[in-house]
Amino acid sequence: MSGPGIGLLGEIAFLLVALAVVLATLRLLLGPTVPDRVVAADTLAVITTAGLAWLAGALDSVIYLDIALVYGALAFVGVVAIARAIERGGE
Amino acid sequence: MTHSTRASSPAPTGTASTTVGLFKLVRRFVLAAGGIFATWMLLAGRLDGQEMMVGGGVSVAIALLSMRHLRMLDDVRLGPLMPLHLVRYFIVFFGALIRANLDVARRVVTPRVRIEPAMVTVHTELRSDLGKLWLANSITLTPGTLTVDVEGQDLIVHWIDASPGTDLTVATREIAARFERPMKEFLR
Amino acid sequence: MMQIIGDVFLAVGGLFLFLAALGLLRMPDVFNRIQAGTKAATLGALSLILGVAFQHPDWWPKLLILAVFVMITSPVGSSTIARAALMAGIRPWRRVARKEEEG
Repeated sequence: MSGPGIGLLGEIAFLLVALAVVLATLRLLLGPTVPDRVVAADTLAVITTAGLAWLAGALDSVIYLDIALVYGALAFVGVVAIARAIERGGE
Repeated sequence: MTHSTRASSPAPTGTASTTVGLFKLVRRFVLAAGGIFATWMLLAGRLDGQEMMVGGGVSVAIALLSMRHLRMLDDVRLGPLMPLHLVRYFIVFFGALIRANLDVARRVVTPRVRIEPAMVTVHTELRSDLGKLWLANSITLTPGTLTVDVEGQDLIVHWIDASPGTDLTVATREIAARFERPMKEFLR
Repeated sequence: MMQIIGDVFLAVGGLFLFLAALGLLRMPDVFNRIQAGTKAATLGALSLILGVAFQHPDWWPKLLILAVFVMITSPVGSSTIARAALMAGIRPWRRVARKEEEG
């Protein structure tokens, strides 16, 4: 499946990204507080954005970069909205 | 998006009726249209006439519609040496970012987590919202510091390494100062 | 040559993304988790994007926008969460004072 450019090191990179997703998801499930889960979701979004960039390179298809950009924008708005909601709940 | 508690800001946000000088308006328009056009062309990825025409039209339209609200752009200081100071800032920034990551890597990998966190206050000389936002972002991405809030001219920073015995006033001043030096040249 | 350099940046990026997630798991409270998470994830993403740029040089404009985007939104998001956590009443974790270091 690897594109023309990706070598062994590049494939290891994706393995690490996958492991990172697993660990961040663990924190998302464990919590314990709501902000903990939001941090996990935020980090997960950055990891996924980078993962999509990797995918663009591996599949030799520039369209995944647009997906990464839109995904990142939506995730950012979501995180800020949730954080704002927590703030108001805390007051 | 800046977290300042704007207690002392004179004009209420949202009202566009405040009179803005023509010079400032033109300046905002040029900066906004230029920025939007540059982003458009980067996203398009190629320099053909059609892209430039559509992109130019969209940029001008958006800039015209939004320039009354873009007070943020008044905080950008332009000058012949501005690109140079921007480069100087990015050298400092990337150095700090890389050190921050080696620092994080060391802390995360060592079996016993060695941290000594505390909340500290960092004073800044940058007066504009854009400047404070930029500085807060820079501080968040440098070793051991995380901006939590902005209160007037002070940033509330979570500092991971406030071990007992460090001189807090000197240490916290340096957190902001290394970025402020180049930043003051292109932001208010 | 470009391919190999790109691969190295990809691997470094993956490594820092992994460390970010590991820090997220290991740190004792939400503020320290944000610290580890943001910094490492941001540099990891930047390095990965740089790696892709080495292997697909003609994509540089879009990759540049993606890099700038990550660099701006990642710390803003983190600060917002940190502020929310503080306002929601979460107190920063403090180490119990250790005598040997205070001497």
